[in-house]
Amino acid sequence: MPEKTPGPDTAGTPHLEFRDVVKSFGDNTVLNGLDFTVAKGERVTLIGPSGSGKTTILRLVMTLEELTGGYIHVGGVPLQYEEQGGKRVRIPDKRRRRTTTDIGMVFQHFNLFPNMSVLENIVEAPIHVMGLSRSEATAKAEGLLAKVGMEEKRDMKPSQLSGGQQQRVAIARALAMDPEILLLDEVTSALDPELVGEVLAVLKDIAAETDISMLIVTHEMQFARDVSDRVMMFDQGSVVEEGPPAQIFSEPAHQRTRDFLSAVL
Amino acid sequence: MSTSWWSWDHAAAVLPLLLDGFKVTLLATVLGTLIALVLGLIVAIVRRSAPRVVSAPVTGVVEFVRMTPLVVQLVFANLVLSPYIDSTLAIGIWVLGIHYTTYMAEVYRAGIDSVPTGQWEAATALSLPRARTWRAVVVPQAIRNTLPALGNYAISMFKETPFFVVIYIPEMVRNAQTYGGDTFRYTEAITLAGLIFLVASYPTSLLIRRLEKKLA
Repeated sequence: MPEKTPGPDTAGTPHLEFRDVVKSFGDNTVLNGLDFTVAKGERVTLIGPSGSGKTTILRLVMTLEELTGGYIHVGGVPLQYEEQGGKRVRIPDKRRRRTTTDIGMVFQHFNLFPNMSVLENIVEAPIHVMGLSRSEATAKAEGLLAKVGMEEKRDMKPSQLSGGQQQRVAIARALAMDPEILLLDEVTSALDPELVGEVLAVLKDIAAETDISMLIVTHEMQFARDVSDRVMMFDQGSVVEEGPPAQIFSEPAHQRTRDFLSAVL
Repeated sequence: MSTSWWSWDHAAAVLPLLLDGFKVTLLATVLGTLIALVLGLIVAIVRRSAPRVVSAPVTGVVEFVRMTPLVVQLVFANLVLSPYIDSTLAIGIWVLGIHYTTYMAEVYRAGIDSVPTGQWEAATALSLPRARTWRAVVVPQAIRNTLPALGNYAISMFKETPFFVVIYIPEMVRNAQTYGGDTFRYTEAITLAGLIFLVASYPTSLLIRRLEKKLA
């Protein structure tokens, strides 16, 4: 894994760019003209009340939701739509997939494949997307399983594991694709309280040892404070305020942020 | 040791004919099931993922086949195809297989729908190509959910092979009738044919029930 760079590279092309992003579900507009960027290596945590559109942002980046309007660029490359001759044109799934191979996502409900063993879950995409041989993929998977403390469970089925163990496997599965951007969608929300710590510890290690850009939605404020370079407070689909975690958590400028933080802390 | 309505001599005489017919019945069931298992899966996937220009006509054909009786399909296919295909048995097996394809496609569809959205999303998050997602993630889980229902349809196919009688395929019931026609002894022939069906399908259904419990 690459060495962690001293800090996010805010000077170059943004790693992730939202440009006038609109997302509606039927009549319900969740995001209405959202603009923001994430620099290479930057860790950005989205906080805010539920229904404020945080998870939708992650799902748009993973192409799990279709953009209603606007553009998302990943490393300067258009992800879902591009402009062609003044028109907004949908990018076909095959080309989208070429962009998404650099993006990994960990879900609230783990979403491991129950018909595969732990190891098979991890080697599936490296073999069938990156084109690694089975032995290369297995060696890589074993390294990652050791990293998340799951090397002894490699031949088990997900159903035989605790939630915390499943989530650690899911993290290893996402990392096996060498993502440049990692999306963490409430990864501890479905866990029993005593299992939250083991998952967050693994993620903190990864944040410390790599320079993967991260977009994080979480209710674990201490974790957000520990790993984030920037925290963005959302309400009703727009950014209320943003800044370094110390500033947002200690001296929030807006009443809305203060109300939210006093409710969750 | 014969009463007027039951003769053990006739029973013994018809049994080899019935067993011969049973081979045809079994062959038709096995091949018909294979056809229905494979085509059913293809139909289910096409209906779920192909563009409308493809999936709409497939849906039309499937509904047509499902809403018309097997006997009518057998007679019709035999009329139309017998000039081109020598083997009536082959026609019968394909008609049976395609008829049940329409039922099995529905079973597969339910199985595919029962795979949680999160599985598709995880596959997208790993950038797995669509075909690989079907093969490695969705189909294995869908089949596991539907195995008992597919087994029940295989049994019901087995019990519908006697409809082959309408196109004169020498399966078990046809042989029983032939024997009855030649000797005017229907009771032994038909009774034994029924018993053979029972002996074959009952243990199979128990097996499927066990499988059902194990998968639940």
